[in-house]
Amino acid sequence: MIRIIGILAGLFFALGVLWSFVTGAFTAATEGFGEETAEHAFHEHPLDLELSSDGPLGTWDVPQLQRGFKVYQEVCSACHGLQYVAFRDLADLEYTEAEIKAIAAQFQVPGIDPDTGESVLRAATPTDYIPSPYPNAVAAAAANNNAIPPDLSLITKARHDGSAYVYSLLVGYSAIPEELKAEFPDFSTPPGLYYNRYFPNLNLAMAPPLTSDGQVTYEGGSPTIAQMSEDVAAFLTWTAEPTMAERKAVGWPVLGFLLFATILAWLAKKQIWSSIKPSRKD
Amino acid sequence: MSFPWAQAYEPKTGLTKFLDERLPLPRFVYNAVGAGYPVPRNLNYMWNFGVLAGFALMLQIVTGIVLAMHYAPNALVAFATTEHIMRDVNWGWMMRYAHANGASFFFVVIYLHIFRGLFYSSYKAPREMIWLLGVVIFLLMMATAFMGYVLPWGQMSFWGAKVITGLFGAIPLVGEPLQIWLLGGFAPDNAALNRFFSLHFLMPFVIAGVVILHIWALHIPGSSNPTGVEIKGESDTVPFHPYYTAKDGFGLGIFLLVLMTFVFFLPNFLGHPDNYIEANPLSTPAHIVPEWYFWPFYAILRAFTQDIFFIPAKLLGVLAMFASILVWFFLPWLDKSPVRSGHYRPLFRKFFWFGLIPTMLVLFYCGGAPAEEPFVMLSQIATAYYFLHFLVILPIISSIEKPQPLPYSITEAVLGSDKKPVLGENASPAV
Ligand code: HEM
Repeated sequence: MIRIIGILAGLFFALGVLWSFVTGAFTAATEGFGEETAEHAFHEHPLDLELSSDGPLGTWDVPQLQRGFKVYQEVCSACHGLQYVAFRDLADLEYTEAEIKAIAAQFQVPGIDPDTGESVLRAATPTDYIPSPYPNAVAAAAANNNAIPPDLSLITKARHDGSAYVYSLLVGYSAIPEELKAEFPDFSTPPGLYYNRYFPNLNLAMAPPLTSDGQVTYEGGSPTIAQMSEDVAAFLTWTAEPTMAERKAVGWPVLGFLLFATILAWLAKKQIWSSIKPSRKD
Repeated sequence: MSFPWAQAYEPKTGLTKFLDERLPLPRFVYNAVGAGYPVPRNLNYMWNFGVLAGFALMLQIVTGIVLAMHYAPNALVAFATTEHIMRDVNWGWMMRYAHANGASFFFVVIYLHIFRGLFYSSYKAPREMIWLLGVVIFLLMMATAFMGYVLPWGQMSFWGAKVITGLFGAIPLVGEPLQIWLLGGFAPDNAALNRFFSLHFLMPFVIAGVVILHIWALHIPGSSNPTGVEIKGESDTVPFHPYYTAKDGFGLGIFLLVLMTFVFFLPNFLGHPDNYIEANPLSTPAHIVPEWYFWPFYAILRAFTQDIFFIPAKLLGVLAMFASILVWFFLPWLDKSPVRSGHYRPLFRKFFWFGLIPTMLVLFYCGGAPAEEPFVMLSQIATAYYFLHFLVILPIISSIEKPQPLPYSITEAVLGSDKKPVLGENASPAV
């Protein structure tokens, strides 16, 4: 009885889904698999980016993180906050306590006037988190053509291949390529948006933030746009997971111990089973 | 469990004698997973995964309890407390990555455990109850994992919760009120997050309870084995301890090596980047996908794109998705072949390796892919095969197939002939 009901149920689901298949196949045969879009044809995967924090032996390149922080502070922080990074965390980048205090003091955060109790803006202290420049999302949208600049704390973990993506985006602005115009005459970049081949829909609401070499002054030199982009991508890799280098460093002894223990367990197993060989033949 | 030749427990020390008369816990352990439990001597490594599943469950409970000490199930701060765990809590990143990847590898282990059962037909008499309880555990695991994934309150947490709870909306008449009641609102929000946290904390203990029943039921007939021939005599078995404790110890080492490689070096490989974006009800992700271990079932859900008479496609998908697991409950009665092991079932074996396994892989791949062609069409063919396999092919094979000759006993399968001394004079089992 179960088997008869089972066969009927099986046929019901199988025929039901095959009906969907036939209808889908008919649509595909008559209309094709949908049209090619400019986004699909011209969106590019991120460029290769090599950082010292990559790979199983990765460690932070502290001078690079400092340069990246400088780029963030002078350029990106005009629009983006880092709400999960406190100024005190910058100790990881080997800034001294006094330097951290001085850096924090350059940012304004909401506070309360101790004398009047009124809401005011005060200079940040090391325990504050790196603030967004906008008081709220509405203000952020109003100032940016309705696109809200995202918080950057986790940006490199929140995108596929995130560090390379951030780097690519910063160096990826250009005019609309001629081939694209030829193939998709309807495609356009509306005012207030900027063509960027690494952005999924090709039109990005962020104006190119790094526009000229030496825009940020480095100690002893004027960096290229690519250099600044790489440095800030490295910095944002750190902000996304400040514990990453520690994680990789701890991983090796853990795996080493487990390997050792597993070999011992293997030898013990062999020893114990050797008394009743052969153990299996099928 | 109670084979006449099982070694008997004898308390030796004062303490164990004292305990044995008052609370015979050492005796219980000795008979359950000690030298007092005879087990087939020919189990292969596929029989390691039950113990590994038990270990994975305990790992989830331990890491989960620590995480719960630092997490707050409130939609305003859930995402931030998760980041607080990653950044500020001592070893918090390790706990969180171990819990997230631990869940994934719990499912890896369970899938291997289930497919072992399917290949060796472990679900057949007298082990139906073990199997049925196993399917219950699997359903509980899916519910637990689903609710756990909502807790960090990222974009995939939110939209996954919205899509899956939305499935209840497909039920005729009561669907919509039911969905609102389950969520405590029209969309996932604080009420849903709170109850998901409460249930996510509770359910592992429910699972642990069902696991106890699962193992209790297992100890009545004892484990099956790769030949599927039942135990005939003492020479077919070895005591669980030290033989299988040693083998399970080695298996545990391999499991931990793999898991820890992911925890320390690839912790986000199995996750989705969108879950590092805080939940935002106003912004729908381009592709909403569940965690990888749900992909085969998600593919079945999405395979139904056409209504059939008065049944809407969405409802069909929901029914099919639940049915795809519920059919497992009926396997012991669908597969009537007297032979258990796939090794001796030529036709069954062919459909298993060339039908079921590729189908599962296709469903898995399509479930993770966007709902576009050709993935939808592929998953439709695979879904059809999936149901035909369990509900039509398996019952038919089991009536028409001519099984290959079985060995007389496990001992014969291992040694070539039976009635030879096994645990001979020079080889006494260590206890
Ligand atoms: C937390 C989850 C689970 C735990 C801790 C667990 C534990 C165990 C253990 C320790 C064994 C004996 C060792 C072995 O055969 O590997 C076993 C056997 C078995 N389990 Fe599970 N199990 C779980 C889930 C499941 C599920 C989901 C199913 C099936 C849907 C299942 C089906 C079976 C069957 C059929 C056996 C007997 C196998 C045989 O003797 O051939 N189990 N389980």
